[in-house]
Amino acid sequence: MLELSAVHKYFGGLHAVNNVGFKVAPGTIKAVIGPNGAGKTTLFNLIAGGLEPSSGTITFKGRPIQGLKPHRVASLGMARTFQNIKLFHGMTALENVMLGCHIRSRSGFLAGMFNLPRTWKEEKDIRARSMALLELLDIAGYADVEATSLAFGQQRAVEMARALAMEPDLLLLDEPAAGLNIYETAEIARLIERTREMGITVLLVEHDMSLVMDISDEIVVLSFGEKIAEDVPDEIQRNPDVIKIYLGEDEEAAV
Amino acid sequence: MEFIKRYLPIAGLLGIVIGVQLLTSATDTAYYLTQLTMAAYYSLLIIGLCVLMGYAGQISLGHAGFFAIGGYLSAALTSNDFSAYRETAVMRFMDTAGLLLHRQSLYGEPLLNIQPWPACIIAVVVAIIIAFLLGIPVLKLKGHYLAMATLGFGIIIFRVALAAEFFGEADGISEVPPFQLFPGVSVTGDFSDRVQNYYIAWGLLLLGLVLLLNLIHSRVGRALRSIHGSEEASEAIGVNTARYKLYTFVISAAFAAIAGSFLTHYNGGIGPSEAGVMKSVRYVAIVAVGGMANLWGVLIMGILLNFMSLRGMFGTYDDAVFGVILILIMLFAPQGILSLRIRNIFRTKRNDT
Ligand SMILES: Nc1ncnc2c1ncn2[C@@H]1O[C@H](COP(=O)(O)OP(=O)(O)OP(=O)(O)O)[C@@H](O)[C@H]1O
Ligand SMILES: [Mg+2]
Repeated sequence: MLELSAVHKYFGGLHAVNNVGFKVAPGTIKAVIGPNGAGKTTLFNLIAGGLEPSSGTITFKGRPIQGLKPHRVASLGMARTFQNIKLFHGMTALENVMLGCHIRSRSGFLAGMFNLPRTWKEEKDIRARSMALLELLDIAGYADVEATSLAFGQQRAVEMARALAMEPDLLLLDEPAAGLNIYETAEIARLIERTREMGITVLLVEHDMSLVMDISDEIVVLSFGEKIAEDVPDEIQRNPDVIKIYLGEDEEAAV
Repeated sequence: MEFIKRYLPIAGLLGIVIGVQLLTSATDTAYYLTQLTMAAYYSLLIIGLCVLMGYAGQISLGHAGFFAIGGYLSAALTSNDFSAYRETAVMRFMDTAGLLLHRQSLYGEPLLNIQPWPACIIAVVVAIIIAFLLGIPVLKLKGHYLAMATLGFGIIIFRVALAAEFFGEADGISEVPPFQLFPGVSVTGDFSDRVQNYYIAWGLLLLGLVLLLNLIHSRVGRALRSIHGSEEASEAIGVNTARYKLYTFVISAAFAAIAGSFLTHYNGGIGPSEAGVMKSVRYVAIVAVGGMANLWGVLIMGILLNFMSLRGMFGTYDDAVFGVILILIMLFAPQGILSLRIRNIFRTKRNDT
């Protein structure tokens, strides 16, 4: 599905991503973990097209995608959510999700201006599809509420629904459980597993270890931009290098 | 249901348009129709700019330039004498296609002009091409850089209009002929055709309004608003933001050029002030007063302020008034003047005393 090899990214002198390579197999859930500033979000931006790698290759469904514009990558079948939720302000929850259907619909400027019957029909389909997704995520009651005024957990759900509306092959989730309480986190975990059942491959960044250990098939550990481990959850939990990083972090936290 | 919500206000506006005309003819005040006609053409430009600024979130301080391209090309092609080029291939082709007009000057010399229809089409197509060529590099800029770049374009068009003999230099072009749309229906400032022209202008404005309302309520309109909301997220859901901004820029330029072409035929001429930067500022100010992402609000303010200006209500301070309006709106009502609730104003007053 997705393959990175020897990917580097420099920000001036900062080596934010250092020689990272891994594969994400179709139909699996893969997690990227690592301390703050390890380069996880940067890696996502490289994959989704927001940033261009300094060197290395990224292939998606067998096609090199490094350096493509984000909208091109999206239309190839990759959806994402953002660490700091990015909903469209001034638009309702429903409209936000309807925007997720953008690449799955056709009507252009002229069809829109002349409101052709086919545009009319397409619009109805989009609306129905988006409502169904809001129902799936238990937020249908907020369909007509301005999305950015919703509670945090609901905003995450809207963003997730928007990504699912894209009917992607690969879904990138940047800390989907950040800021959520344990119940909401459990919901998200269930939802991610359902997503995989729908045939969508998932790559996620997450700090909540129990969530990651629970749902991931494989885990990549990043530290200071480098991949220091890649394995199944049980092995990662036993890996001395990984333990050292996380213990080190705990010690700092204790000080 | 949604259908009714979108089109009912348009039917209402049509009713008002007809009502106003009947009222002016009943009260012998048909002279108001002249300014209402001109206000409608300016508003056509302004609602196009509204979609660019309010929905796609891109500012343009150069739209008077596109208006001038439409107006000046229509005027020059239909009024300048092209008999010197009679034998060129282009002219011969246009002649056989019936696109030329053979006339005689007062002294009996043969004059050769281009018919208004092809002239108008050429003018609008040129505006569209220039909008494309300008938009591709310029729309990569954001905020005040974009404002500066479009301002620069406006200044160039103004200087060209002022300097080119083809465009009549400081005098502009006068005696532009009527624009016959269909047999018996012409865009002209002739008093006898005043009512007809009022309906032509408002018909065109209503048509433009319907097209733009449809657009903003469509998939494309939603995508445009998403660019305004978060360009990064908009890209992430697959919106080609660069292309969408460009197309919107081009559409708004086409609206401006059509307005320029029609109004020039209606006025029987055009001068360099129509290309002036202060005109562009005025259009931006009106979009801001109307509430940016509010097509109806912008339309109402467009008609109202242009009408007042054309009636001379702002006297010699005409341009200054629009500058002041822009400043006040930005300071006190960035959501547009219609967002100010009368009740809120009273409430603040009560607190003060
Ligand atoms: N656009 C940028 N320009 C310069 N430096 C950047 C940029 N984006 C990220 N960085 C730096 O790159 C490093 C990696 O940042 P990144 O956001 O990828 O970390 P992260 O693993 O996502 O951290 P967190 O867990 O806090 O989200 C950090 O040191 C950050 O300051
Ligand atoms: Mg991050």
